[in-house]
Amino acid sequence: MSTISPEQARAHWAKSKSLMWISLAVWFVFSFGIHFFVKDLNAITFIGFPLGFYMAAQGSLLAFVILCFWFAKRQNEIDEECGVSED
Amino acid sequence: MKGGFLDNLGKVYGIYTGTFIGFVIFLAILEQLGVPNKIIGYLFVFMTIGIYALIGILSRTTQVSEYYVAGRSVPAVYNGMATGSDWMSGASFVGMAGTFYASGYDGLAYALGWTGGFVLVAVLMAPYLRKFGAYTVPDFLGTRYGGNFARAVGIIVLLSCSFTYVTAQIYATGIITSRFLGLSFEVAVFAGLVGILVCSMLGGMRAVTWTQVAQYIILIIAYLTPVVILSAKVTGVPIPQIMYGQVLQEIARLEQTSEFLATVREQNLFHTAPFTRMDPVNFFGLIFCLMLGTASLPHVLMRFFTTPSVREARVSVGWSLLFIFLLYFTAPAYAAFAKYEVYANLLGKPITDLPAWVAIWKNVGLVTITDIGKDGLLHFADLKLNNDAIVLATPEIAGLPYVIAGLVAAGGLAAALSTADGLLLAISNALSHDVYYRMINPHADTARRLMISRVLLVVVAILAAYTASTKPSDILSMVAWAFSIAASGLFCALVLGVWWKRCNTPGAVAGMIAGFGVCMYYLIGTRYGGMPEWFGVKNISAGVFGIPVAFITTVVVSLLTKAPSQEMQQLIDDIRVPRGETFIDREKNALAGGH
Repeated sequence: MSTISPEQARAHWAKSKSLMWISLAVWFVFSFGIHFFVKDLNAITFIGFPLGFYMAAQGSLLAFVILCFWFAKRQNEIDEECGVSED
Repeated sequence: MKGGFLDNLGKVYGIYTGTFIGFVIFLAILEQLGVPNKIIGYLFVFMTIGIYALIGILSRTTQVSEYYVAGRSVPAVYNGMATGSDWMSGASFVGMAGTFYASGYDGLAYALGWTGGFVLVAVLMAPYLRKFGAYTVPDFLGTRYGGNFARAVGIIVLLSCSFTYVTAQIYATGIITSRFLGLSFEVAVFAGLVGILVCSMLGGMRAVTWTQVAQYIILIIAYLTPVVILSAKVTGVPIPQIMYGQVLQEIARLEQTSEFLATVREQNLFHTAPFTRMDPVNFFGLIFCLMLGTASLPHVLMRFFTTPSVREARVSVGWSLLFIFLLYFTAPAYAAFAKYEVYANLLGKPITDLPAWVAIWKNVGLVTITDIGKDGLLHFADLKLNNDAIVLATPEIAGLPYVIAGLVAAGGLAAALSTADGLLLAISNALSHDVYYRMINPHADTARRLMISRVLLVVVAILAAYTASTKPSDILSMVAWAFSIAASGLFCALVLGVWWKRCNTPGAVAGMIAGFGVCMYYLIGTRYGGMPEWFGVKNISAGVFGIPVAFITTVVVSLLTKAPSQEMQQLIDDIRVPRGETFIDREKNALAGGH
């Protein structure tokens, strides 16, 4: 197992941090952002649902699931690029 | 043997699922042959608890790392299922659909809060705590904020949020067993307790993990079956999660036109209308508290200590959320189908001539009918449904045989037992590992530590069962508080512990105490002290105040005091990269080297 140089660690952490902020931004939009507009969205019908209701009952939940898997994939790629992944 | 089991997980749980479905079909045949409902109820409860006990006994262990973190050998998908049942409580299973029924759109704050929190777990917490390699959450706090004081504060917060929660789970097992076995509630509580203890006592985390996987399979089958059949009956398509869009339109039409729904129009109780039962401040405040609480509850976080690697810990959060999602996106469908049934087929009927299921649930007090208008016909305002009634009554609403009702009960029991197991283990591990081993007797040998842990598990379980048997109504309403308490006391210290190197011991400890203190002050003050609400925020969202106070205090005190030592900063650097040994391994190696 090779040791990690300070440069590697710094590059890795910079990339991890920006991924964290991106993920939290998406999280914020689906947790709060779109639900601020529920009344407007409810005027639109989506597969039979008022869209605002749909987003709180299903859409956002689905987005969270996808976001979690996407985050795991991206972070694993960053670990490998920077040479700090587990052996 | 052990390696054999881990290599064949898919096969083992595949056979298990097949056997369970076969068992349900067998009971359905028995029912057709005229076996009484009571016997079928008994068979369901005893067979499922028997399976959990068997898994518990097969997974018994005498190794510390097996007992505390299942030997860090649980693959991501299975840890996902275990986390799913660990997470979804008896209340989620039986009560959530009822909340959506009663509160319409506004109830969805729970669906959002209890799923979105896992994004925070994945991004901010799980991989780093896994890399750190602690056995418990206070263990991380104690090491990162060097000293027993931080550890002790962490333990106090953990006990405050977990104990009321576990009491409510045992209460739920008591309700379900008493309803289906006809035992008295107090006896049923202790029967449920035995079920919980045989799972967890012998094998600790290892036994709880493999039992929770088994419980997830039962609870998800039990949750989906009735509503899938109901959807097929009402709409012709067995996918309730999509088809209830049409049902919502029918509900909306009835809400506008039915003369028996006048109250809905007067009081603006339309199903899909937002902010009619909860104002936006409380709606978003609740989502915020539930999400940050999810990412701070020790019994959830410790599930991610059990994966073989940091990489698997991350993916495992995704699987957990997917398995939780399956239930949470079905719950609003339950609510819609039940509401449609009530609005379309129940309202307007003579009160003396209602379907049989209404009478059944009226007898146990989950349905109450008062003829307010005295016209003998059922109006919206005449009918009160308990939150638990929606899921429990759906099999009968759909006209399904009793075996499906028994299946739902088994699912609810699985949900309550699995959450109780996880919580009890979190409590007893904190007491045995952090209080006893780390603070009182660091030289205790393995056998003694495990012995102490098992004894504490039983003691805490009996204490919780005793509290539950007194039917404390307050404890139940306090469950929702657990999220605000955990978020106010732990979230800041855990997140900044990883993400802000400058965060030091005085800052974190002051932040934990201030956040926890403000949250408890608000909860107790508004509930018992007659204190007015601040900005109209309900006390269920007390974390809205506790969390910012914790962050501000931590940052200010940290900046006013000395930066953490060079060693500590090195430790944080190590946590941030997946490669390298865990802290616990290093500690062990150092000990071995010293001898």
